[in-house]
Amino acid sequence: MSGNGQQKKEADKKSPDAKAPKRQKVIALKPKERMKIPRHLPNEQDPMERITNFCEVSNGFNIDKAIAEANRCLECNDPVCMKACPVNVDIPAFIQLLYQGDYAGAIRKIRESNYLPAICGRVCPQENLCENSCIVGKKLEPLAIGKMERFLADYEANNGTFTPPPVAAPKGQKVAVVGSGPGGLTVAAELAQMGYGVTIFEALHEAGGVLKYGIPEFRLPKKIVDEEVERVKALGVKIETNVIIGRTLTIDELLGEMGYGAVYIGTGAGSPRFLNIPGENLSGVYSASELLTRINLMKAYKFPEFDTPMKIGRKVVVLGGGDVAMDAVRTSKRLGPEKALLLYRRSREEMPARLEEVHHAEEEGIEFHFLTNPLAIHGDENGWVKAIECQKMRLGEPDEKGRRRPIPIEGSNFTIETDTVVVAIGQSPNPIVQQTTPGLETTKWGTIVVDESGATSRPGIYAGGDISRGGATVIQAVADGKSASRSIDAYLTKIRSEKAGSEKSASKQSAT
Amino acid sequence: MYRIMKTEILAPTITKLTVEAPLVARKRKAGNFVIVRATPNGERIPLTIVDSDPDKGTIVIIVQAIGKTTHIITEMMEGEFLMDVVGPLGEPTPVSDFGTVVCIGGGVGTAVIYPIAKALKEAGNRVVSIIGARNRDLVILEDEMAAVSDELIVTTDDGSHGKKGFVTDALQEVITGQGKPDAVYAIGPLPMMRAVANVTREPEIRTWVSLNPIMMDGTGMCGACRVTVGNEMKFACVDGPEFDAHEVNFDELIARNRTYAGPEQEAFSAWKNRTETTDCKHL
Repeated sequence: MSGNGQQKKEADKKSPDAKAPKRQKVIALKPKERMKIPRHLPNEQDPMERITNFCEVSNGFNIDKAIAEANRCLECNDPVCMKACPVNVDIPAFIQLLYQGDYAGAIRKIRESNYLPAICGRVCPQENLCENSCIVGKKLEPLAIGKMERFLADYEANNGTFTPPPVAAPKGQKVAVVGSGPGGLTVAAELAQMGYGVTIFEALHEAGGVLKYGIPEFRLPKKIVDEEVERVKALGVKIETNVIIGRTLTIDELLGEMGYGAVYIGTGAGSPRFLNIPGENLSGVYSASELLTRINLMKAYKFPEFDTPMKIGRKVVVLGGGDVAMDAVRTSKRLGPEKALLLYRRSREEMPARLEEVHHAEEEGIEFHFLTNPLAIHGDENGWVKAIECQKMRLGEPDEKGRRRPIPIEGSNFTIETDTVVVAIGQSPNPIVQQTTPGLETTKWGTIVVDESGATSRPGIYAGGDISRGGATVIQAVADGKSASRSIDAYLTKIRSEKAGSEKSASKQSAT
Repeated sequence: MYRIMKTEILAPTITKLTVEAPLVARKRKAGNFVIVRATPNGERIPLTIVDSDPDKGTIVIIVQAIGKTTHIITEMMEGEFLMDVVGPLGEPTPVSDFGTVVCIGGGVGTAVIYPIAKALKEAGNRVVSIIGARNRDLVILEDEMAAVSDELIVTTDDGSHGKKGFVTDALQEVITGQGKPDAVYAIGPLPMMRAVANVTREPEIRTWVSLNPIMMDGTGMCGACRVTVGNEMKFACVDGPEFDAHEVNFDELIARNRTYAGPEQEAFSAWKNRTETTDCKHL
């Protein structure tokens, strides 16, 4: 690594007319000095303490840590972190503003690309995206980009410095958004800023979708979601809760008599899958969706202050290896059982869950049983779970996704006694909109078919996030929302100009 | 917020509420239900839509006070508000002209069978209705049911009104006396629906029941309402709530519905003690 000035010169020499505009360097430390600073770690609640409450695990960065972390950025001229981000947040630019103490400017910079920084700063899998590509990470730990993003969002919220970005003059056209999850909120925020009148229709009684019912309080406090939703409403977006599109209203009513020019479907993948093994309907067997919705949306962890109950026994067995399984087992642990186990049929390496969450789960005393496949759930005389029968597995050849296939080991059956089983093996798309919207093309998995711009088989109807992908991440839903809002804008702009054209010719005709 | 336009006490523990919910009223068909959340910290519970008036934008629900939430709702008064009402949910009742149909309502299930009997009558069927309750006080909608039925039989367990006995006894008599009906709709407590299914299984009478499993979102997202029908897993909220009675695994559903019995009792006791000692608004 060379010094700052020298690096600059080299860059000049190499490509005077390079496409990427040369970035100004603002961080005073020399790159060598920056590389000596170890990655900062946020304060976290002690594992033994946090399993007794639902408060957030990570306390994030304070000002000092955030700025100290900003000092580690190499201010790369062609930042790969930005390319690795699904919505291309200008990461070096916001880090520079943070470094300079312009916190308002920094969060504005993030919000230009992603309207939900308080959420994404917490739940984005940065370790696979921006932080995975960070150049510092080639030799040392990469920059804590997510934690800096979260700091800026929290700083703004705590100091009440949010001001809505400018909203363009009204275009006189309305867009309906179905679902108020991360994708729906993004589409609404983008289109509202362009001057469209946006209404979000939400089936549940609170806005936020999976951010509310799915992701636990200890990873994403619901107050944070509510604040982010308020910032979307500050752009003039209306949110109608308790409206199920496909039941209360249909897509065709929205596009017809209700006068919406376009519709975005972001209804997510909320339908729980089951294993189809004997005993799955015994009492004490829950889908992860039921457990998480009771706890997160309905606040069953505050029962009886809140009316919705949750019944967790002395030993909980969670089946699955993804993020939802991790959320389910960690949520269960906080409800006070003697033991919380996770059963996964492959090994630790194949688990799709975020590493950070696996690590947190291990700290919290979750017992992992790998290469273990459930075969049947056995009940007692009252129809309540008493045991789960399993089989040991070994890993075979990789499947089409490159993950090694689990193969049963004959004669290895064994039984785990338990009184609570949570099935967390994945969710399918919500079918209601597809079933009630004629002409909307779907796949055999029930997802809505879209092109790269988010357009469905019907003009004016767009979709993205889990309803078209089957199961992805919050940031992917945000990215889909962004590209769909661009296509919706193009679609509605075309309609405006056609209308203006026909009015012109009509007025010409009437004049002659 | 959803305004309560009118309340009417039908029986000591059973209240009829007319609620303003224009979008639901416009779409509702017989057999549909709503999910209601009564208070800010409340739970979501499913309630069948008994009637609707699209012009006035209102729906009618009938609630029996059993646990905390249903007690709170039955004690609500005109001008008060339910926090959330969402619907119409579920698949509507399959209504067509079958010929002769027997409609059976047990207890508060009569509130659910009423709109179905009405729709079946309008579709041209000869409707024989049987409504049953534990005693005279708990018989509801007798006049309404009479108005939509060609014949109405009332039964009470203790014989204090109508015939003494169970609805299944009356059903057996109808089958014996009038011959096999073309279809049976039965709605009430699970043991009653199971008993009806057992009566009609042998003579192969097409029979529908409306199931009332534990529900939360009502849109197919939580899986709490899963039931086994014909050895297949179904979600009552989106695939039902009405199913072929002869295919339903009632024993499993009865066990599943007891899942939260403990905490529900706890919540109810806490609430009851609170209202009795402090702020009972009826005093």
